[in-house]
Amino acid sequence: MTDFKQARWNEPVIFELGRNSRRGYIVPKIENSIRQTLGDVQTLLPEKIRRQSPPELPGLSEVEVVRHFTRLSQMNYCVDLGLYPLGSCTMKYNPKINDLLASLPSLTQLHPYQNEKNVQGTLEILYDLGKWLAEITGTYEISLQPAAGAHGEFLGALIMRAFHKLNGNLSNRTEFIIPDSAHGTNPASATMAGFNVIIVPSDKSGCIDIEALKTAVSNRTAGLMLTNPNTLGIFEENIEEIADIIHDAGGLLYYDGANLNAILGKVRPGAMGFDIVHINIHKTFGTPHGGGGPGAGPIGVSEELEKFLPVPRIVFDGESYHLDYDRPSSIGKVRSFYGNVAVLLRAYAYILSLGAEGLKEAAEVSVLNANYLVKKMEGIGAYELPYDAKRPRKHECVFSAKPLQKRKGVRVIDISKRLLDYGIHAPTTYFPLIVEEALMIEPTESFEREELDRFVEAMRKIAEEAEVNPDIVLRAPRNTAVTRLDEAKASHPRTMALSWKMYKKKGSQKAL
Amino acid sequence: MAEPYTHPYIPNSKPEIKKAMMEEIGIENIDELYSDIPKRFMLKHRLNLPSPTSEYEVRRHVESLLAKNKTCQDMPVFLGAGCWPHYVPAVVDNIVQRTELLTSYTPYQPEISQGMLQLLFEYQSMICELTGMDVANSSLYDWASALGEAARMAMRITGRREILVPKVIHPERYATLETYIEPIGIDVQKVGYERTTGQLNLEDLETKISDKTAGIYIENPSYLGFVETKGEEVAEIAHNRGALFIVGVDPISLGVLKAPGNYDADIVIGEGQPLGNPMNFGGPLLGIFACRDDMSMIRQMPGRIIGMTTTRDGSSKGFCMVLQTREQHIRRQKATSNICTNESLCAAASAVYLALLGPNGLKELGETIMLKTHYAIKRLSEIEGISTPVFQSPHFQEFTINFAKWRISDVHERLLKRNVQGGKDISKEFPELGETALYCVTEVHSKKDIDELADILKEVLRRGEN
Repeated sequence: MTDFKQARWNEPVIFELGRNSRRGYIVPKIENSIRQTLGDVQTLLPEKIRRQSPPELPGLSEVEVVRHFTRLSQMNYCVDLGLYPLGSCTMKYNPKINDLLASLPSLTQLHPYQNEKNVQGTLEILYDLGKWLAEITGTYEISLQPAAGAHGEFLGALIMRAFHKLNGNLSNRTEFIIPDSAHGTNPASATMAGFNVIIVPSDKSGCIDIEALKTAVSNRTAGLMLTNPNTLGIFEENIEEIADIIHDAGGLLYYDGANLNAILGKVRPGAMGFDIVHINIHKTFGTPHGGGGPGAGPIGVSEELEKFLPVPRIVFDGESYHLDYDRPSSIGKVRSFYGNVAVLLRAYAYILSLGAEGLKEAAEVSVLNANYLVKKMEGIGAYELPYDAKRPRKHECVFSAKPLQKRKGVRVIDISKRLLDYGIHAPTTYFPLIVEEALMIEPTESFEREELDRFVEAMRKIAEEAEVNPDIVLRAPRNTAVTRLDEAKASHPRTMALSWKMYKKKGSQKAL
Repeated sequence: MAEPYTHPYIPNSKPEIKKAMMEEIGIENIDELYSDIPKRFMLKHRLNLPSPTSEYEVRRHVESLLAKNKTCQDMPVFLGAGCWPHYVPAVVDNIVQRTELLTSYTPYQPEISQGMLQLLFEYQSMICELTGMDVANSSLYDWASALGEAARMAMRITGRREILVPKVIHPERYATLETYIEPIGIDVQKVGYERTTGQLNLEDLETKISDKTAGIYIENPSYLGFVETKGEEVAEIAHNRGALFIVGVDPISLGVLKAPGNYDADIVIGEGQPLGNPMNFGGPLLGIFACRDDMSMIRQMPGRIIGMTTTRDGSSKGFCMVLQTREQHIRRQKATSNICTNESLCAAASAVYLALLGPNGLKELGETIMLKTHYAIKRLSEIEGISTPVFQSPHFQEFTINFAKWRISDVHERLLKRNVQGGKDISKEFPELGETALYCVTEVHSKKDIDELADILKEVLRRGEN
């Protein structure tokens, strides 16, 4: 194993550094004649609304700013450093060419309200990307506007609302069915859109319990939200029956695209009967996650639902591209402008680079990698694979570390912290909720066999350590920029410091 | 395909490796891993997409498409209205393009993600300094969705279901607000403006506010560029009736304009794009969200919040996500919002930007923008056939121009022919203002740009119908 040590700069908070009022930036000059014409700014602004003292920002030179943030960046793990196997997050390689293209001034310097004639290049890219995503998902029409997957879910739920409203059924269609294995965003999005959430359990195979679903469905059912493959990495093989149950009851089927990577070019959500699909661009199409965004969460819909998509729609008249606002049935807007264009452009370049063959290959290898990990992890003997171990997983697999917890008091949180000591990011932990001491592992297609083996070797070592020297696991991590954090203190009202100002106000070198 | 497919992004696509791995798991064909998918669903055809393309060809192709655009670098553009042209210092790009930040994700494992966590804590802290608030979250999608979230938060806190907004509001923000609040039955009403000044009409506000009002929202600077001077009065009216006071800002104005926290705002939202993020045809943007240090408010906030803490052994400070019991991954249907992926890297860019500018830089920049705005107003108001600004109030960065006898679309067509992009046509949004457009001037517009705009407009209007 490598002898990993993360940089440890113990870098002060920037406000502690910047007390010397140095200059970090020179503002473009204001022409003298303008000053002479207008005099002082004070005369333009009544005192009542004028800022009296400058904001208490740090005063640093450019050099100090660069050094501070470069040091911070060195204390951050990333996908370019190694495996980042967060389940359902699809931390795959982010091609550098796409970043380069997204930084071209011909995109960055474009204003969204410029005359259509002068934005044709970008509109063409967005239009084609929409067509490609429709082809990939098997849907009729795409909206590129949502800023993230959860934003797409919200929009999708609003479209369901609009659908039932148009049919005069909204007052009855109040229930949104969601499996107990679902991502947390699913019930949250449904609630935001005004629905009551009905949870259906999973059966022994880890799929939706069909009998429970039949009981849950009624004429109050607005729709079902489903991830397929689900969060256990298992394909819901009864999808046709599920779709029939929901459609027969007059509901709609929503596809959470967080796990789309497994099935690119293999099977399409539209074919499975889904009416609305969202796509996590930053997962499936390799755009950088940026420490938590920006991503993009386009949705695709069936022909019947197209009229509800947000305005404007990008349309092509055979000669040029236009922004069409004339959509009377549209749900309106869920954000300003047209979408996270700089992210969408990267996805366009990604699809072009891989092509149809490459996307299918990405899906297949992501599934191969996940099943390879299943095999190797099972070989360790310390981790259990709940739910039908004989069934192939898709892009991810979920192991339980319950045996170690029971015998040695070593929990998943300890195992994941110890994994950091080996220079590998931890999988998603304690999710899905239906697995105790869950480790949800998604390797993606981006990592070579040797890196997967390195992960398995670390997991084996940790299992051994838990047996012979559990303390080393319980006290992990020690090779990271900081040792284990006191997260309870961070969220306690007495010690909580959510800004530098709040920290100073609490006066509390002591409290912290 | 004749040749086995391999791709540089997919290390294990090499056939020999794939074969060895398949042997390891006891299969002969990849499709065995898809054997549980009903056959009739399996895609029978090749996706109708382009074929794999080399990096060089991708680059040439995308560059040639983008070359069809004409940007602010090719022509002066006088557009703002929710997305503003500002200079982004090289340091900002350099830092946020660092792969350690760019290719990381939400800091679920804080010990190995301190860099992004500290950066976001510093962002939150700087937003607090700017807005005069105590707590900020680490970002929402944009100003418009932040307004939707703020209205919902006001409802949760007050238990009331009405929101008052100014009639002078960005139509896209208003549309987004409506979409966000309709499902939970919040009503929205518009409060009128003073005819001569554009200021919020306090009499109208007094008539419309009631014990059902959850929040009063204003924008400062307003959508039409004038500065609202009656923040204190609005705050008092709101608080007397038990409503929250929500203020939307363009943060770049806060070097010269009073911080909303100093006129008693309870929630401050805004658009962070101007702080170090390029326009990118309108996205990604950066939703600002801040409130007062009051647990009953903090617990209702949407989005990720980063806090400062210590290691368990107390040996050093550190940062982690806090109050996650508000959030969807813990609270599920009872979460304050469904937001998960947000705009972290844009927030990081804003932190770097604000660190560079510092307290004086932001003030100098604000003064520069304000002087240029008023210079443009002065120059343009000298032209016959133009009346600007429509409202007699101080303006920051944007201002209205009324072309009495001309259709805006005709004027703007003629400007385009002379390689100038005019402002935003708002004649349909505010029919009562006639043929009026919203123009924007920032530090990127030189005196020469403004003088040329004035000259061209003068010529266009003088030539009449020709």
